Amino acid sequence: MRGPHDVGGLDFGPIDPEEYSLTFWELQIDAIRAVIGSKGIVSTHENRRTIEQFGHEIYDTLTYYERWTAALQRQMVDKGILTQDEIDKKVVQLRTRFHETGDLESF
Amino acid sequence: MDSVGHDHNHPRQSDDKIRFYYQILGQALKELLIEKRIISASEIQLAMEKREAATPANGAKVVARAWLDPKYRKRLFTDANLAVAEFGLELPTTRLVALENTPKIHNVVVCTLCSCYPRDLLGLPPAWYKNKAYRSRVVHEPREVLKEFGTLLPDDLEIRVHDSTADLRYLVVPMQPSGTDDLGEEVLRSLVTRDMMIGVALADRAG
Amino acid sequence: MVPLQFDPGDQVVVRGDFPIGHFRTPVYVRGCRGVVVRYLGHFENPETLAYCLQTNLFALFKVRFRQQDLWDEYTGSAVDTIDLDLYENWLERG
Repeated sequence: MRGPHDVGGLDFGPIDPEEYSLTFWELQIDAIRAVIGSKGIVSTHENRRTIEQFGHEIYDTLTYYERWTAALQRQMVDKGILTQDEIDKKVVQLRTRFHETGDLESF
Repeated sequence: MDSVGHDHNHPRQSDDKIRFYYQILGQALKELLIEKRIISASEIQLAMEKREAATPANGAKVVARAWLDPKYRKRLFTDANLAVAEFGLELPTTRLVALENTPKIHNVVVCTLCSCYPRDLLGLPPAWYKNKAYRSRVVHEPREVLKEFGTLLPDDLEIRVHDSTADLRYLVVPMQPSGTDDLGEEVLRSLVTRDMMIGVALADRAG
Repeated sequence: MVPLQFDPGDQVVVRGDFPIGHFRTPVYVRGCRGVVVRYLGHFENPETLAYCLQTNLFALFKVRFRQQDLWDEYTGSAVDTIDLDLYENWLERG
């Protein structure tokens, strides 16, 4: 009866002590989450709940900041701030931009 | 990525597709939220700068002062928020608690449920702190886990694990290494590492 | 103010329940016996905040467990402990 996040007491093997510098993309997601939190749009508690509800497979497949990104998408749609349709269209647009310029950043 | 312990296999290519999709999705959400004026590019920028400014050097200042000044030490263990504010570190939404390592007690911090961490004092947590190996094991075999970090502790020393399950954040104050009484505050700061303040390493002269 | 349910030194048992939702009481400590170390203050309840619902303030306690009481085959030392911050609704007098 554990959620995917509730891992205390299990054994996931040796600790990988490697130091890993976050990418610009990860730092940016961290910052967006901080802004969304500080504005009271999505609380930390709500963010945790969203991620825990992904279930084991999704929780384990996504990296830490991918989980935050997935949670943000879900929350924005659930709150009516963005629609899934406009997110999908933006994704298509960005894929095209990436294939043409090799870069995601437009500004 | 927390992929240790996967009991199924899937093609490498599909992992790459997932990584790529989420890169794009992150950017898409950012652009849409800016376009709709929910958040602004400068707010994101500011938040990134704030994160970069918070590093373990903040925690090291606090620990070095606690080693040098018994009155500060007392203030730190009485009300850590007030004590770190003396260094200009304001934590309006976090309740900070300093944990004192002594010859009888060694403290080590984890968040088994997510990744709670004293970010204002230590910056963003290292990957291992967020991954399932550390989170799952340090609560039930802390001595083995500490050994993997090269930290061996005698049996009569109590290891006290702190699982950060609520709104409090924990900073371990390591014991001052012997033979450093004559050192100045700047040098003492340089002996204090992130891992000591999480509790997986001991302070020693080499730092 | 309503008097606190527990004082430092009180023996408590963590509720051994398994509801579905957002809970900050890890499964590994449910049903286990520990000792209240101190009262940490009153906090909004994350279980309801997580669903954007109105919340009452709940007392939060630091509870200490002996490692040997949590795990059948604890390999460390008998003196080892673990502290968790637990909300009053998960604690019963034990």
